Amino acid sequence: MQPFRKLTGIAAPLPLVNVDTDRIIPAHWLKTIRRTGLGVGLFESLRYREDGSENPDFVLNREPYRRSVILITGENFGCGSSREHAPWALLDFGIRCVIAPSFADIFFNNCFKNGILPIVLPQATVDALMAEAETASEPVFTVDLEEQLIHRPSGNQPVPFEVDPFKRHCLLEGLDDIGLTLKRLERIEAFEARQRREQPWLWTRAA
Amino acid sequence: MGEAKTLFEKIWDSHVVEEQEDGTCLLYIDRHLVHEVTSPQAFEGLRQAGRRVRRPDATLAVPDHNVPTTDRARGIADETSRIQVETLEQNCREFGIELFGMNDVRQGIVHVIGPEQGFTLPGTTIVCGDSHTSTHGAFGALAFGIGTSEVEHVLATQTLLQKKPKTMRIAVEGELGFGVGAKDVILAIIGKIGTAGGTGHVIEYAGPVVRALSMEGRMTICNMSIEAGARAGLIAPDEKTFRWLEGRPMAPKGALWQQAVAFWRTLPSDPDARYDREVVLDASTIEPMVTWGTSPQDVVPITGRVPDPKDEPDPKRRAAMERALAYMGLEPGTPMQEIRIDKVFIGSCTNARLEDLRVVARIVQGRKVAPQVHAMIVPGSGIVKHLAEEEGLDRIFRDAGFEWREPGCSMCLGMNPDRLQPGERCASTSNRNFEGRQGKGGRTHLVSPAMAAAAAITGRLTDVRKLVA
Repeated sequence: MQPFRKLTGIAAPLPLVNVDTDRIIPAHWLKTIRRTGLGVGLFESLRYREDGSENPDFVLNREPYRRSVILITGENFGCGSSREHAPWALLDFGIRCVIAPSFADIFFNNCFKNGILPIVLPQATVDALMAEAETASEPVFTVDLEEQLIHRPSGNQPVPFEVDPFKRHCLLEGLDDIGLTLKRLERIEAFEARQRREQPWLWTRAA
Repeated sequence: MGEAKTLFEKIWDSHVVEEQEDGTCLLYIDRHLVHEVTSPQAFEGLRQAGRRVRRPDATLAVPDHNVPTTDRARGIADETSRIQVETLEQNCREFGIELFGMNDVRQGIVHVIGPEQGFTLPGTTIVCGDSHTSTHGAFGALAFGIGTSEVEHVLATQTLLQKKPKTMRIAVEGELGFGVGAKDVILAIIGKIGTAGGTGHVIEYAGPVVRALSMEGRMTICNMSIEAGARAGLIAPDEKTFRWLEGRPMAPKGALWQQAVAFWRTLPSDPDARYDREVVLDASTIEPMVTWGTSPQDVVPITGRVPDPKDEPDPKRRAAMERALAYMGLEPGTPMQEIRIDKVFIGSCTNARLEDLRVVARIVQGRKVAPQVHAMIVPGSGIVKHLAEEEGLDRIFRDAGFEWREPGCSMCLGMNPDRLQPGERCASTSNRNFEGRQGKGGRTHLVSPAMAAAAAITGRLTDVRKLVA
């Protein structure tokens, strides 16, 4: 996983609530057996017209937002299906940070596994950042994970944010969860030995 | 005796392998269900790292999302779908995982076959790369959906890194009215707490209505916990649970069964256990429910009308309502029962079990599907299909004009050819009415199996109580 330390770039405003993962990437894109190449399907129903041409009204089809690396959006972003294709599509498009008042749980977790930082901020703060993303001539923000600060195009006071310390550590270092867990193999084996004794019915299929 | 614990806390605490200082837990996973859509990248990850599957015996795979529901003798026509299903078959061979192939009678929707086989057991942790894994909570298991990276993590380590969620108790008091079922209860709950109401929580459903529900009804309720934003929903196991599971192929047998049941009886929440949040619903206020919008929380009783965005004070929500009504092609104030439909879909992990089909059969027996309506029934598994046919339900459905299909996820999400056309309106027993969910431009009204049956007969959204009175 690519480490996430400091991200500087355009932030796109997406003032929608309850954006579900079907909206982020529709089901027909899920037939892939790869993680890459999904950026073209990101927000398909919003981004393209009936004839397949780009919808010029959609934010990611307009300059400078075509080059967005940050998305600022409404509450309960990423609800619905557990599809990790949603963060894969965002990543493939180039987005590495999503700022919202709240996220759905599975999407939130999936982001961290892919080097994407989801940031939860109060509604009023999100509204203020979204307004800057809409109106600034060059809406460039810097998200600094080490300092836990968002620097804004207006030069106004940077916005602090909270992040789970372990998830922050993994993002900063680009750590592979599985590698970390496999270092705890002795503990897992001890757990299994105990469960096998105490709840043998869970092990009847085991050879 | 220690402090009072909830059902969830008992399961959680007994599965923590290790807890870090910041509260992140390494949680042991007892059962892992795998399907073709969210697993290929996980297996690829294992291969690239030279890792094996730690517990093939605790893992069960089935293709369900992409499979055709018509004649399977010809295989899968769509090449990308076929490759995905074949990839699952290859991965299961390579990593030694049991697979119910497309032509195996045990094949079906992953959340139907887990319980059916007795793979799902009380007191266990169960995961699958699918948000509706919450279904298995009906058996008193902690069951939740995960992403593909976590699928890979479970395959490799049989554990997950998790923070302990909060707890919520939803009690449904009183007694359900005539014509009201489990689907109406969960839709009413989502209408009350909202699609983010359960975020960060595990919901325990309780109260006399939940106790009185069949296992099938309990599965319907737990299934849609994710539509309330919760990671998982669960219900305390009881004698009904044990009777339902006893003798299933993968359930424990003999002395082990006795030992298991004795343990399972200790699982229900202690009487003085505390929850972070409690919600109470009065069952007598719940009517047959139907959604009007593009979020499962956009729900009203069938006797109600399409709401008016003008009455919504919050500008963001008002904008969302206006957008939903434009997408759904509905005018504020329209009585729900005046809305005509084009299609009926009876199926999905929410409502495709034998009991659901029996309810439908009782309503449609001796009646005909309205001429302009295309109605299909997709059983949840090959075994459900077989049992329904043994009871003669398929003949009732066919005589009424329903299509009787092969098992799979089908039009719940339209990854296979079963899709709505743009503008088509569907009464559906599935779980999501998102824009484009059942096909681009398709318009979904979520309902119970009884309500879907009624809509098929009259050609519009209908109060089923009028048909069975």
